[in-house]
Amino acid sequence: MTITAEKPTTAATGRPPARRRRRSPVTWVRGGGLGALLFLVPMLLVFTAFSWLPIGESVVMSFQQTNLVTAPVFVGLDNFRTVLTDPLLWTAVRNTLWFALLALLLGYPVPLVAAVLMSEVRRFRGLYSALAYLPVVIPPVVAVLLWKFFYDAGPAGVFNTVLRVVGLGPLPWLQDSSTAMVSLVVEATWAAAGGTIIIYLAALTSVSPDLYEAAEIDGASVWRKIWHVTLPQLRGVLLITFILQIIGTAQVFLEPFLFTSGGPAHATTTILLLIYDYAFAGTLGGDYGSATALSVLLALVLAVFSAVYFRLTRSWGTS
Amino acid sequence: MNRGLLSSYDWRRPVVRRTARTLHAVLLVLLFLVGLGPVLWLAKSAITPTQDTLRDPLALWPHGVDLSTIATAWTRVQIDRYFLNTVLLAAGSWLVQIIVATTAGFVLAVLRPRYRHVVSGVVLATMFVPSIVLLVPMYLTMVHLSLIDTFWAVWLPSGASAFNVLIVQRFFANLPREVFEAARVDGAGAGRLFWSLVLPMSKPIIGVVSVFAVIASWKDFLWPMLVLPDPSVQPLSVRLPALQPFVELDVFLAALAISTVIPVVLFLVFQRLFLRNDALSGAVKG
Repeated sequence: MTITAEKPTTAATGRPPARRRRRSPVTWVRGGGLGALLFLVPMLLVFTAFSWLPIGESVVMSFQQTNLVTAPVFVGLDNFRTVLTDPLLWTAVRNTLWFALLALLLGYPVPLVAAVLMSEVRRFRGLYSALAYLPVVIPPVVAVLLWKFFYDAGPAGVFNTVLRVVGLGPLPWLQDSSTAMVSLVVEATWAAAGGTIIIYLAALTSVSPDLYEAAEIDGASVWRKIWHVTLPQLRGVLLITFILQIIGTAQVFLEPFLFTSGGPAHATTTILLLIYDYAFAGTLGGDYGSATALSVLLALVLAVFSAVYFRLTRSWGTS
Repeated sequence: MNRGLLSSYDWRRPVVRRTARTLHAVLLVLLFLVGLGPVLWLAKSAITPTQDTLRDPLALWPHGVDLSTIATAWTRVQIDRYFLNTVLLAAGSWLVQIIVATTAGFVLAVLRPRYRHVVSGVVLATMFVPSIVLLVPMYLTMVHLSLIDTFWAVWLPSGASAFNVLIVQRFFANLPREVFEAARVDGAGAGRLFWSLVLPMSKPIIGVVSVFAVIASWKDFLWPMLVLPDPSVQPLSVRLPALQPFVELDVFLAALAISTVIPVVLFLVFQRLFLRNDALSGAVKG
């Protein structure tokens, strides 16, 4: 190994002096600089057109009045004023926070408990993870349309039939503003939990057996091992899944859009639904300025939140 | 043997063993109900007459099996066309993503020009911008380029995935550099290096990116809905919600089942890619 590796390394170290010489365009091309740039062209084109430029345009557009017909006009902070004084905004913010909180209460502990249990399964572990992950690969639109049928509010609806068997219900599910949001969160949790379980399982296998053995020598029970070894060892991953879930739930769109279209009585109108409505649900042209203003505001809030979160938890995250 | 939370001593204690076994059995039953249940229900109801499904949705065994619902969905509701659109959208998005990710990863990890850190930086930075910010400007770009109702409007933006570039670049960086240097000494140019060495050595990561690209494209809803307003070019995900009010329940459920087959089969065939999850957990830890 060392001998075969020797030759290429000397060949490699033979090049840098030539590279450090002052470079004319000719030597740059001969050295492969042009070739490298050509290979970068697809990425540069795609990212410029569909990532970098739109990000910049979004910021500019949030200060403009734009439609598809006339030239954009700068209107200062008007869009932000429109957005912030829209009474629906605060409904949407409240709903989004409510969704995020419910998703946290339901969606954060469930995958963790499931993963800790699954990591101790000795036989058919593949079956467990395959079953847990299956909902993740079902196309979200299909899942929502299927659950919409399950959520039928009549006494013969699928979930209401199940509830009747155990002597409960029937519940109005999506029809009532008090249960609609919970129904969305249950479906969203079902659809996403598998992915989180797999991440936790990977993290659990990397917990060093030495730590468990050390705890056992000190006479720790199973519960104490979970509390003092497993959870602290997972905290790095837990911190990240927490913030990823917050960022994800702040942008929930599909469930309220397809299940309830924001209803009943705006009980499930989320921030993304509002952005969509500003831009695309209007009768003519659409209010692109307000839509971009609100999306820029949302991005800023999320950025500030993440920055503060990582600052506060920095000492806690590293072991 | 690689041990976990419970030691072999724990496993020998009856209390622990019994509790663990019970919990595992309960978990397995729950996973069957929650994970597989809806899929099986959909499969069953797709071939059950509407009346049976409505009267007793939880009947385990349908009274009549009606395979014609599948045929009706496929031909009369034109699921065949939307299915083809979905496949074409997935294929194009896959190709664009592979081209962008491998060429960019090749430059950043193998050719390594001086400006690579700047480029990686601006690519990675896009991961921190919520995609909602891009929605309106990208939509207007598509309008101005007259790409509305063409597949290009979906294919091209799918390439702008920083995550793809990141994992491909990481994989390329771990390829043995000696091989590249040796090939260079033998006079191989960048194109030769890319095509004859890097790509053949990178089948695993190309496989990962491919499977995730196809599944993601199959799942996509909001963007195709915006840029493909003409029903004749829409994929299943966009068409299904619009069809619901006009189609009978059994046929509609058959259409849902048809849309689920490809992703589920891909998952079952490439299970390891999804469940081992090196790429994803690596990115989360990184």
